[in-house]
Amino acid sequence: MKKPRRKKTASRRQSAVAVARRATGSVAHAKLKKFATINEPAAQRAAATEKAGRQEMREIQRLFAKAIMRPLTKGYNMQPKWTDGRSTKKAVGKFIKPNDRLSSFERIEIYNKQYWFRLLDSLYEDFPGLRALLGDARFHQLSIAYIDKHPSTSFTLRDLGQHMEKFLAKNPKWTQPHEKFARDLVRLEWAHILAFDGAELPPLEIDELLDRADPATLKLNLQPYLTLLACDYPVDDFLISVRRREEPRGEASNAISEKRTHARTKKVKVPTPEKAYLAIHRQDQGVWYKRLDPAAYRVLRALQKGETLQKAVERAALRGKSAENFPRTLQNWFAQWAAFGWFCRA
Amino acid sequence: MPANRFNNFTNYGIGIGLRVPHYQHILSRKPTVDWFEIISENFMVDAGRPLHVLDQILEQYRVVQHGVAMYLGSPDGPDPTHLRKIKRLVKRTNTPWLSDHLCWGSVDGRFTHDLLPMPYTFAAAEHCAQKIREVRDYLEVPILVENLSSYAEFHASEMTEWEFLNEVVERADCGILLDVNNIYVSSKNHNFDPYDYLNNIPHHRVGQMHIAGHSKFEKYLLDTHDHPVLDPVWKMYAHVSKLTGPTATLLEWDDRIPSFDEVHKEALKANKFCKELVHEEAAA
Repeated sequence: MKKPRRKKTASRRQSAVAVARRATGSVAHAKLKKFATINEPAAQRAAATEKAGRQEMREIQRLFAKAIMRPLTKGYNMQPKWTDGRSTKKAVGKFIKPNDRLSSFERIEIYNKQYWFRLLDSLYEDFPGLRALLGDARFHQLSIAYIDKHPSTSFTLRDLGQHMEKFLAKNPKWTQPHEKFARDLVRLEWAHILAFDGAELPPLEIDELLDRADPATLKLNLQPYLTLLACDYPVDDFLISVRRREEPRGEASNAISEKRTHARTKKVKVPTPEKAYLAIHRQDQGVWYKRLDPAAYRVLRALQKGETLQKAVERAALRGKSAENFPRTLQNWFAQWAAFGWFCRA
Repeated sequence: MPANRFNNFTNYGIGIGLRVPHYQHILSRKPTVDWFEIISENFMVDAGRPLHVLDQILEQYRVVQHGVAMYLGSPDGPDPTHLRKIKRLVKRTNTPWLSDHLCWGSVDGRFTHDLLPMPYTFAAAEHCAQKIREVRDYLEVPILVENLSSYAEFHASEMTEWEFLNEVVERADCGILLDVNNIYVSSKNHNFDPYDYLNNIPHHRVGQMHIAGHSKFEKYLLDTHDHPVLDPVWKMYAHVSKLTGPTATLLEWDDRIPSFDEVHKEALKANKFCKELVHEEAAA
């Protein structure tokens, strides 16, 4: 084993450890205070050095992040050219040391690969439906383009896919000729994530509230974990059949791994268009997709937008529900939604 | 030295990481385990199954929080929203101490979701220490910082990794989560003697240890946590345990996770070293 080369700078400089050991007790403190007063220029110089040191640290970290967040080549290697056209080898050699087995390029390439494998893996797990629609290869390319456009801005990978619908809307080429179906699908897949661990507020006892409150002024809030979707395709059936075949979701950890191998995703046929009104919600810690009557969807959507109970109900009634059966139907809906705990305090 | 102010004067024994594939086994069989370590970020959610499972675990077991995303070395200050979420979890778990890595992982609001090595400079040490102090002041729980396994070194570094660790923990007056496997992995990747590392850290600050398995590649080692602990790491663990005294120890197994019993059995091997130490101390 090679003996470590001890940097002289570490022992020469005044380390915090040494200062802390010496500067104990009030006498030492007073001396230090006096020293600080008569050496203000020195203190200023020290502060400036400290500031410069922090700036240097930030610049190194920016360069490092820039290197590892750049997409890999088709062969899963680091790009040979740097952003300004220089060789990457030269660019990273400025701040990364080589060793006797690995060049600077090879050392940072380990991190470059890990970054992409980790983030691609996260999207792979979060969008099984989109993957089944596009097939592994196309989904992989789409994921790279998505991450490049929307790098993570959250401490948790759970949020990585939050812009997927917007991305597909702006980049329809990735999902042609099924753009509409794909967008419906990713809305459902994102709603699934929200329902899995979204906030739950104390549910309202709806009977009690309806007895006392005036429907003309009463506003009901819906649980944050609940998402309402109006889709042009039966995406719920599609996703349920896909998810049945999937592995359970992974977890954050501090381990790293080589590129994961997954079982090949079986492509699934796109269903024929059919309007589907869905409530994606949580019951007994499980995520459920509930089909809604179009009128029920309109009532809930109106409540979610902050309309009064009376206005929300009128919206449904005006659109073709027969007046005769409507009060009873409405009563059943509200009883069911209340039993699910969907209504909550603001 | 096992119970110290850095681990809140606790005497935890051998724990294992709480992982999804073991949930059902743990909740139905209720095996005897000293304690579980959770990855904080997996439970920093508003509601749902993760917290439901955690609450059931907390009814039966002691839980310690271990983070992977505080990024104490990232250039930006602590994120208040992130800290609020951690604090909410700390209140739920009643963790006696909280650990995270001496690393960075985000810059200019973009997250790499990796544990990246610091340039070992005095300025970086002060930056990390300041952040640790701020985090501890807010969370009101002892903080342990964990050493990384790494694959790259910076020209800018002014000291060795263990000197950097010393600088940070002394400036922050915090404890160390000593990852023995990480030291071994880094020692092979950066050509240093791992015993120099183990012998030259403030042993009284070690509040917890990590052990794990790693993978060997042609030119480097990778910290994969998908194997049993290798012999050289056990030897280092035995060596440092003599310097620190029996310390709360956690086996990390995060990929290709075998059965609960297999993971637990591997973790309990650490008891052998702890028991030898207790006997030696008693004899002395």
